[in-house]
Amino acid sequence: MPIGMVAVLSLIPFIGVTYAGLDYLFGVIIPYASALIFIAGFVYRLFDWLKRPVPFRITTTCGQEKSLDWIKQDKFGSPSRAWQAALRVLSEVFFFRSLFRNTKSELREGPSLVHGSNKWLWMGGLVFHWSLLLIGLRHARYFFIMVPDFIQFVEGADRFFDLTLPAFYLTDALVLSAVTFLFVRRMIDAKMRIISLQTDYFPLFLITGIVLVGIIMRYIVKVDVMPVKDQMLRLVAFSFEAPAPIGALFYVHLFLVCVLAVYFPFSKLMHMGAIFLSPTRNLCNNSREKRHINPWNAAIKFRTYPEYEDEYREKMKKAKLPVEKQ
Amino acid sequence: MSKYLPKLSDLKKDFEDKPSILKGDYSKKEWWDTPFEFRDGNWSFPAKPEVVEELGFPNSRKWSALDDDWKLPADWQKTISEGLKVRLKKYRSLKLYLDSCVRCGACADKCHFFLGTGDPRNMPVVRAELLRSVYRNDFPLVEKILQGFSGSRKLTSEVIKEWHMYYYQCTECRRCSVFCPLGIDTAEITMVARELLNLIGVNNNWILAPVANCNRTGNHLGIEPHTFVQNIESLVEDIEDMTGVTVNPTFNRKGAEILFITPSGDVFGDPGVYTMMGYLLLFHHIGLDYTISTYASEGGNFGMFTSNDMMKKLNAKMYHEAERLKVKWILGGECGHMWRVVHQYMNTMNGPADFLQVPVSPITGTKFTNAAATKMVHIAEFTADLIYHKKLKLDPRRNDHLKTTFHDSCNVARGMGMFEEPRFILDNVCNSFHEMPENTIREQTFCCGSGSGINSEENMEMRMRGGFPRANAVKHVKDKHKVDSLVTICAIDRASLPALMKYWNPGVTVYGLHELVGNALVMEGEKKRTEDLREHPMTGFDDEEGDVD
Repeated sequence: MPIGMVAVLSLIPFIGVTYAGLDYLFGVIIPYASALIFIAGFVYRLFDWLKRPVPFRITTTCGQEKSLDWIKQDKFGSPSRAWQAALRVLSEVFFFRSLFRNTKSELREGPSLVHGSNKWLWMGGLVFHWSLLLIGLRHARYFFIMVPDFIQFVEGADRFFDLTLPAFYLTDALVLSAVTFLFVRRMIDAKMRIISLQTDYFPLFLITGIVLVGIIMRYIVKVDVMPVKDQMLRLVAFSFEAPAPIGALFYVHLFLVCVLAVYFPFSKLMHMGAIFLSPTRNLCNNSREKRHINPWNAAIKFRTYPEYEDEYREKMKKAKLPVEKQ
Repeated sequence: MSKYLPKLSDLKKDFEDKPSILKGDYSKKEWWDTPFEFRDGNWSFPAKPEVVEELGFPNSRKWSALDDDWKLPADWQKTISEGLKVRLKKYRSLKLYLDSCVRCGACADKCHFFLGTGDPRNMPVVRAELLRSVYRNDFPLVEKILQGFSGSRKLTSEVIKEWHMYYYQCTECRRCSVFCPLGIDTAEITMVARELLNLIGVNNNWILAPVANCNRTGNHLGIEPHTFVQNIESLVEDIEDMTGVTVNPTFNRKGAEILFITPSGDVFGDPGVYTMMGYLLLFHHIGLDYTISTYASEGGNFGMFTSNDMMKKLNAKMYHEAERLKVKWILGGECGHMWRVVHQYMNTMNGPADFLQVPVSPITGTKFTNAAATKMVHIAEFTADLIYHKKLKLDPRRNDHLKTTFHDSCNVARGMGMFEEPRFILDNVCNSFHEMPENTIREQTFCCGSGSGINSEENMEMRMRGGFPRANAVKHVKDKHKVDSLVTICAIDRASLPALMKYWNPGVTVYGLHELVGNALVMEGEKKRTEDLREHPMTGFDDEEGDVD
């Protein structure tokens, strides 16, 4: 079903631009609307999480806590200072540190369980996300009249393998391989198949669609990039001028990106924001050293010592236990 | 043999006939379409009506999970969805973890219950989806329009049954959370799900009965003050018989420097009592000024497996008693979930403990700055510090009759991060310590399979399945290094691992860390020792060879 959805979504702008001349709708109105939804939705979701309290310091400790002076603390597995926790979160964001631990368990004869290191998911995930980031960065050249040096550097590095004309981008190949891997593992591993929902496939197909159309535009159809850049510059300048003719394929690419942007805040893709907020990772493991405050800490009536002694006083006296009241 | 315990050969066959970890064929099915079944050995009896009433919990009644009709209260659906809404407001973790899972599957084969049952609902991701699917149906915006698309479903009584089964096949051990790239902690979800189930009277006697006991008598086992004292005094006599040394614990004594709190299993249960003897010998050895309370006579906290409020209520006694007795700080015994509560919750819930002082070891002068606010120190931290400063006279050869391995308790490992202290102690009190394979220890340790209040007799099949990954790692060192002693720092481990070892690894005995400390301590004025605290002969200390310092 998700693949069909992406196909239909691709046809909409194609038909709209080719047969109905809706360039303005797909080139101006939808991009603005989707950018608005993306930003507002993303901020709303973040705010919706942030407004909820973190009542306890529930760090998942993945290494030695800070304790006696002569025992070596694992500063990132069990951070005790804010900068250590911050680095722990960043190591998750940039290097998927927890996923790097991944193991695969197998049942052998005996029965015997064997747990081996398994880094495929870590590698596939890392390649996928980093490729997307770099692809996003090099697209920045469409948004600046003078392309910043940093973006030029990224683009230059990505073109390192100068195999085709126009120059081949390494990230295009990487992202396609990674997305294929992420899809195939959901299909062939019975465990993955059973946990996967339609919402897990949809963004994979959507991204594949965006990348494929982009590749077709660059290497096969060779869309003229100048009107594209003009239109993008107009958009970032908040201009509502009508775009010059660009070609339906570009609008397919752009429309799928808009769909992704709209879908983003309402889906699991929000893990992009969530990873920064995860209390098991971003809190210090120092709750015995420094009191953590729970804003809703409810008053609880517990059974006090006097109540206890009232019930057991005679028995306690017989057992020669000291009592408060005789 | 218990009728709840499957024959070892049957269980082995079950593993070998279907050698993949996931059992069954799910090619055409979604997980929510697959059947599940309550049967002898895979669930714990519901709380008795009188227990439920004593706690003031709702819907006390006689019922069984095997019944078709669970006699849920009339407005149970409303109670659950309101209850969920309230908790989503209180816990960012819950909302975040329901919203952000990408189902990458890294957690799938990390759960001991999944490895032991092959049941897809025991993959942590699906365990969370049990609740998530209902949450999606009731709450968020756009996905409501796309029901089939996002895997949402209605809250039915079948869902409640499923929750009851699978949220009690999770021991809140947090192993999955170590591997999750987003740090999603299934324990947070299980804890909330159990709170919700308690709101409609779907409960577990093995949890609620100890909770009621603990509230009334001060400890899970329901030991009244005079019996509590008698029992420790009988341990004192045993120590005297074995070592010739008379130790003098005091009870409810005001003005002692330190209040010592340990799980009541150490006072009453075998083999916990030997660990207790170890503590008593240690404290006598260093001349510690301490007292034990009959009111705060429980280190553990089954409230944690019930609800946040109940955890707070039971835990409140520790500070309350420390304040009344005017001690300087609190020392805590070996226990897993007790230390999750003390380390991550106590001071937040029941602090600040301004009436106590920052803990300082009276023997070494070490200031435990890592416990500066909570003012409670783990016995392993305390003892490691003593050994490091050479304040203990130890003869590790007295444990030469044991070949040991160490089991990291899940809560101490992943909810506290204490790995080195117990290993340092073990290295100093015995000569034969072998680690289990690396993916089964430290933060990757496997649960005993019986934690979080599912250690009931009638749940035996699940316990043996859930404990299989741990048992299998022990078997590895048993075969390779002839290990025969499994050392733990957890009272639930001491209660549950003996059954697990008897089933999977006969010949392996379970010990508390401080029992081995007790064996190795060379006490002043002791008589010649030839036996350990269990009256088992020690190697190399028979009559003519005896070389007691």
